[in-house]
Amino acid sequence: MDLISDQGLRLDGRRPNELRKIRCKLGVFNQPDGSAYLEQGNTKVLAAVYGPHEIRGSRTKALHDQALINCQYSMATFSTGERKRRPRGDRKSIEMSIHLRQALQAVIKTELYARSQIDIFVEVLQADGGNYCTCVNAATLALIDAGIPITEYMVACTASLANGETPLVDISHLEETSGGPNLTVAAMPMSGQIVLLEMSQRFHLDHLDKVMKHALRGCQEIKAVLDKAVRDHVASAGAACNWEFKTD
Amino acid sequence: MPPTIRLASERVELRKVQDDNPPKIYTPGEVVHQGTDYLRGHGTYLDEDCVKSSVAGICQKINKWLIVRPIKKRYNGEVGDVVVGRISDLQMKRWRVDTNARLDSILLLSSVNLPTGELRRRSAEDEATMRKYLQEGDLICAEVQQVFNDHSLSLYTRSLKYGKLGQGTLVKVFPSLVKRQKTHFHDFPWGTSAILGNNGYIFIYPTSQRSGKEGDGYKEDAEETITLEERENIARVRNCIVALAHYKQMLYDTSIAVAFEESKKYEITQLLTPEVMAKIASVAQQSLLQHSRNH
Repeated sequence: MDLISDQGLRLDGRRPNELRKIRCKLGVFNQPDGSAYLEQGNTKVLAAVYGPHEIRGSRTKALHDQALINCQYSMATFSTGERKRRPRGDRKSIEMSIHLRQALQAVIKTELYARSQIDIFVEVLQADGGNYCTCVNAATLALIDAGIPITEYMVACTASLANGETPLVDISHLEETSGGPNLTVAAMPMSGQIVLLEMSQRFHLDHLDKVMKHALRGCQEIKAVLDKAVRDHVASAGAACNWEFKTD
Repeated sequence: MPPTIRLASERVELRKVQDDNPPKIYTPGEVVHQGTDYLRGHGTYLDEDCVKSSVAGICQKINKWLIVRPIKKRYNGEVGDVVVGRISDLQMKRWRVDTNARLDSILLLSSVNLPTGELRRRSAEDEATMRKYLQEGDLICAEVQQVFNDHSLSLYTRSLKYGKLGQGTLVKVFPSLVKRQKTHFHDFPWGTSAILGNNGYIFIYPTSQRSGKEGDGYKEDAEETITLEERENIARVRNCIVALAHYKQMLYDTSIAVAFEESKKYEITQLLTPEVMAKIASVAQQSLLQHSRNH
């Protein structure tokens, strides 16, 4: 199967450097401190943030100079084509949780919340490629909604290589499974720092630069979309209470 | 009432307020100020000669400080705040209280009034009977006495206003929605009282209950029956507060009273439907905007 048609379009009709449609909403729940819903194409994710709060469980886990970050990645049983048996706790989910924590720990200003704990829960409602990326982006939105200080947006994006030459951005499940290499980047788009880089398959080193550049540009484009959503959310929430809300 | 299920896309939004002069919004990583002539305050950090925002919110300059305030965050205690909290743990000479802050607050045995009312040093015997006064899960109302270095709070209940809470309903909202006022204890004319804790925990109870309680604040009068009318009013106030909070309206006595009056047009259970919630919130919003323009 060709990933790119003769007209230069991908299987879902996008151009190689185009992202999928992003839709998001902040503050979808009342119970957690912060929450967000994010759709990238058909990948749909819910994120909830609780905290910073007192350490639950044994207090020996508390860190005396920074906050403890606890991430949980889970996939709804109905999220994939074939029904999943375990929504969380399998090897893949545990690995995802660890990667998620690594990425978010890089941006959260944990030193401000000594001896506290921040819980981040993400749930994939529909999986259609780029699950990790969508989860990172949703978690960033939820952290911003919770008012937890972060140095800047943490955004992730995938890229692939079609026909051994054309880089593809933000790949879907079909493109993921049809055999191309898969590069996942989690980065801070403003300072250009890369926090996580993962490759599922080998490709020639000559292509790495090109594919990376496309993934990073994808990150910047995603960041622009998320930033606009955050601004809209703050503006409407602030206007509703006439900017009278009290903090500090 | 049968449960109603609807699509998220069918949610009811409040009509947008005409905001002629919206303040500038900063998002994380954005440069708030170039140069080092301002100091970084809450919600900002210093990065190579420029002050950047670390939260999404609006900027405030206080003397030399630059502060970015987010719409919501955890409760940050200040001395003198009235808070409602739940006992989470008992320790030597102290209770730990969950007050929606980033660390549990502390209520020392020496900063409560003993049920007998006598003033004396707390003995080991008092320590052993601590659970008789307050046990895990009890709700209390207290005032912040001290803020420690790590931002945890020390509470006290040495006044008849404070103490253990009896029959009533607790509503949790975001702390930024509770307006700071002279008093946070309100008695409404329809026989309901509310404690609007600065930490976003709101306790609603019948006014008659408090007037009966003299002396010690540690007896739970679970025996006493609350009349149906009082319970209905509590439920109505609770639903009004939930509606106001859902649509991000500031909570204080006037806004609750306005919402309550408006809610009388509906059944109590109807107050949980999104259309009615939006209606109540918008009526409260309009009347409060009118009010603030007149002043």
